[in-house]
Amino acid sequence: MGRITLDKVTKSFGEVNVIPPLDLTINDGEFVVFVGPSGCGKSTLLRLIAGLEDVTSGQIRIDGEDATDMPPAKRGLAMVFQSYALYPHMSVRKNIAFPMKMAGMPQDEQNHRIEAAAKSLNLTDYLDRRPGQLSGGQRQRVAIGRAIVREPSAFLFDEPLSNLDAALRVNMRLEISELHNALKTTMIYVTHDQVEAMTMADKIVVLRAGNIEQVGSPLDLYHSPQNEFVAGFIGSPKMNLIRGAEAAKHGVATIGIRPEHLAASTESGLWQGTVGVAEHLGSDTFLHVHDHGLGEEPLTVRVDGEMPVRHGDRIFLTPDESKLHRFDKQGLRA
Amino acid sequence: MARRVTNRRKAVVTVLAWLVGLAIFFPILWIVILSFKSEGDAIKTPFEVLGSAWTFESYATVQERSNYFRHFWNSVVISLGSTLIGLLIAIPAAWAMAFVPGKRTKDVLMWMLSTKMLPPVGVLVPIYLIFRNLGLLDTRFGLVIVLTLINLPIIVWMLYTYFKEIPGEILEAARMDGASLKNELIHVLTPMAVPGIASTLLLNIILAWNEAFWTLNLTAAKAAPLTAFIASYSSPEGLFYAKLSAASTMAIAPILIMGWFSQKQLVRGLTFGAVK
Amino acid sequence: MATKASRAAARLMISPAVLLLLGWMIVPLSMTLYFSFLRYNLLMPGMEEFTGWTNYRFFLTDPAFTAALWNTLLLVGGVLLITTVGGTLLALLMDQPFWGQGIVRILVIAPFFVMPTVSALVWKNMFMNPVNGLFAHLAKFFGLQPYDFLAQAPLGSIIFIVSWQWLPFATLILLTALQSLDQEQLEAAEMDGAGPLSRFFYIMVPHLARAITVVILIQTIFLLSVFAEILVTTNGGPGVASTNLTYLIYMQSLLQFDVGGGSAGGVVAIILANIVAIFLMRMIGKNLEA
Ligand SMILES: Nc1ncnc2c1ncn2[C@@H]1O[C@H](COP(=O)(O)OP(=O)(O)OP(=O)(O)O)[C@@H](O)[C@H]1O
Ligand SMILES: [Mg+2]
Repeated sequence: MGRITLDKVTKSFGEVNVIPPLDLTINDGEFVVFVGPSGCGKSTLLRLIAGLEDVTSGQIRIDGEDATDMPPAKRGLAMVFQSYALYPHMSVRKNIAFPMKMAGMPQDEQNHRIEAAAKSLNLTDYLDRRPGQLSGGQRQRVAIGRAIVREPSAFLFDEPLSNLDAALRVNMRLEISELHNALKTTMIYVTHDQVEAMTMADKIVVLRAGNIEQVGSPLDLYHSPQNEFVAGFIGSPKMNLIRGAEAAKHGVATIGIRPEHLAASTESGLWQGTVGVAEHLGSDTFLHVHDHGLGEEPLTVRVDGEMPVRHGDRIFLTPDESKLHRFDKQGLRA
Repeated sequence: MARRVTNRRKAVVTVLAWLVGLAIFFPILWIVILSFKSEGDAIKTPFEVLGSAWTFESYATVQERSNYFRHFWNSVVISLGSTLIGLLIAIPAAWAMAFVPGKRTKDVLMWMLSTKMLPPVGVLVPIYLIFRNLGLLDTRFGLVIVLTLINLPIIVWMLYTYFKEIPGEILEAARMDGASLKNELIHVLTPMAVPGIASTLLLNIILAWNEAFWTLNLTAAKAAPLTAFIASYSSPEGLFYAKLSAASTMAIAPILIMGWFSQKQLVRGLTFGAVK
Repeated sequence: MATKASRAAARLMISPAVLLLLGWMIVPLSMTLYFSFLRYNLLMPGMEEFTGWTNYRFFLTDPAFTAALWNTLLLVGGVLLITTVGGTLLALLMDQPFWGQGIVRILVIAPFFVMPTVSALVWKNMFMNPVNGLFAHLAKFFGLQPYDFLAQAPLGSIIFIVSWQWLPFATLILLTALQSLDQEQLEAAEMDGAGPLSRFFYIMVPHLARAITVVILIQTIFLLSVFAEILVTTNGGPGVASTNLTYLIYMQSLLQFDVGGGSAGGVVAIILANIVAIFLMRMIGKNLEA
């Protein structure tokens, strides 16, 4: 079980209010991702759930039980830290055993769980090494191993992959997703990488300055962002936001169109401009189009990797009307 | 990165540095030499001293006649005792300041330091009187108390600077793993801080071993550690060079060795972290 | 890291240290202050009475006080001068690459670990003794008259002995500071066309300035309290020629049993030390923020 409910939770550090009243329910078995820009309070929220910080007001319930004043150890949650926070003076085996030792679990049960965890995480050969002798990815797996053996009611991850290189990040991302499928335990995962959020989450919570901007499945957020902030935050490259006369034609303050929903042509189209930087990724090319007369910002367009365009070329763009997002003056979806 | 240096220049520096180093070290070398000479040879001219026979007799007599080992043992008990008690009090305090800093943590640290700047002579009279009235004069227990207190600020400070370098997340991880505060300190913080704690221990043993204000003023024959015992050789009647050398060599050797081991960490401890 | 529970635990953990130090500071300090206003001699028990500022007047107008104050200043100033200048030169020397660096380093720092009574006695007997000392043998070897250092130049001799003990401290700290100087900074300056001298004055000296200040302040605190070296070499004499403030107060209180006068002296010593301490604490405090 791992149903976590936050009820009007707030957090202030001295005078500074980091989390305004916030309500959130995380269902048992869900993979929930908190995303948002740096400093928006993701870590703070996670640490409140973990019990590493006190809430200023409000209530946290875990499986219906009031956990607001429980010490971290009593909450039955496990956390994987950004820095892994492995105990450097203990072998991998001892690291993984530590929570069980603290819980006073019998030795053979401990050994049994260590073996099982090591096997599933490919750590069997490293059990007698110290964390200092492991690679970043292996350390990460030890941290996860230390979390699973406790069989917690939920896992908390705070940007666990941000210290890994790009290739390893993709691997670990898959491994964590696999783990979730296998264990079916609630996971709360903090990241500011929206690719991680999109690929891993059942439910994404977008935060800005401690406020929840939107909660929904990855595709919900992609297809119908509730406001400009979410629209700009989810999706890569970012959605193009156009204000002024062009938006007024649609009767709103702002329209948004994703780079992949603009059709590009060298001959004709609704809008036109000059090609600036072209980022060739192989399969796709992202064009930054200037002098389009729709605003200051260049428009980003995704085109086929084979399209023969060069810096300075004239180009025509046509938005897919059905994929157009409309926002009112307050930035809310119209 | 390394700058290219000509061998000639290196040779000149080598000669110069060794000359200076040996000159500074010479008095220590000299007492070691004298300690292996007979009393009669030890007061001869340097050339005669070097040419004379080597002997262990001074070491033997120092022991027999003056109960040397009692004083040595006093030094051990006092310096080790005060350091261990100091650590026991300081580890929790340094934990609190390093990992749960509050608005006043800095003030507390500075205030602790300021007690270290109190000139001992300023409180000599009351301490002497308190000790006299409590029967603590010339007891090892009394000295352990005083040395614990005068070195406590240094212990707290050194530990604090070492603890500061340990990431707080690891302690939080322990808390998430179900460790109580006691377990967090015993199983996680202390083993991780072993190098820091060891060098704090070493520096404090050195300081306590060599402390020569309170040990001289608060002890007589019974609890006198080596500092005070050696001072008794200062009377002009007792000009026994060889025995004095033997006693001195034994008194400084352990500390010299410890000091050489801890030289890297010494600077930080002695400057309260102002120079690293 | 900061829940109510952990903050409460922190207060609990810090309190033994704080309470002990508080007691150690407040109890004897207030007693010293109190005694300093009493006529109180251990040889005349039961005769204590309040005398106002009399003890201070006697202490401060005693010619021995003026002498001791001068001696203290000379001792502190002399040792500081010798150790900082010598220490800087030595540190610069030892920062150069040479064969046997580690061993020389060990040789140079060794005197710091010699207990004060040993080093004072060794210098007094084995080196400065006018009959059997090494210096006397050396003088005779060159056909000169042996010089009785501790009788003729007692303060100078003590300054010398104390400097020998503290030179390693200055050297070690300045060497550490030098070694923490970023090599790339020096190389950048060299690329910018700075010669060895300008590199020394514009880069190394400013970098060392901070460490030198720390050395001076910390040594001052310890040097104000030099005691054992005087006790075993000259006993403050001849006359008061090598008596410093610490030794004077010791004589007054534990040799003449004048608790009142000694306490007044103690208060004066505390005030003097505090003046130095304030500067030192500022420096360390600044470092705490960084
Ligand atoms: N202990 C603290 N004391 C005061 N302010 C704090 C404290 N911890 C965090 N804050 C503030 O709270 C805000 C939220 O911080 P938090 O660490 O939760 O952000 P985040 O979303 O995790 O950012 P990042 O993506 O950079 O990790 C920040 O403005 C931060 O400065
Ligand atoms: Mg964060």
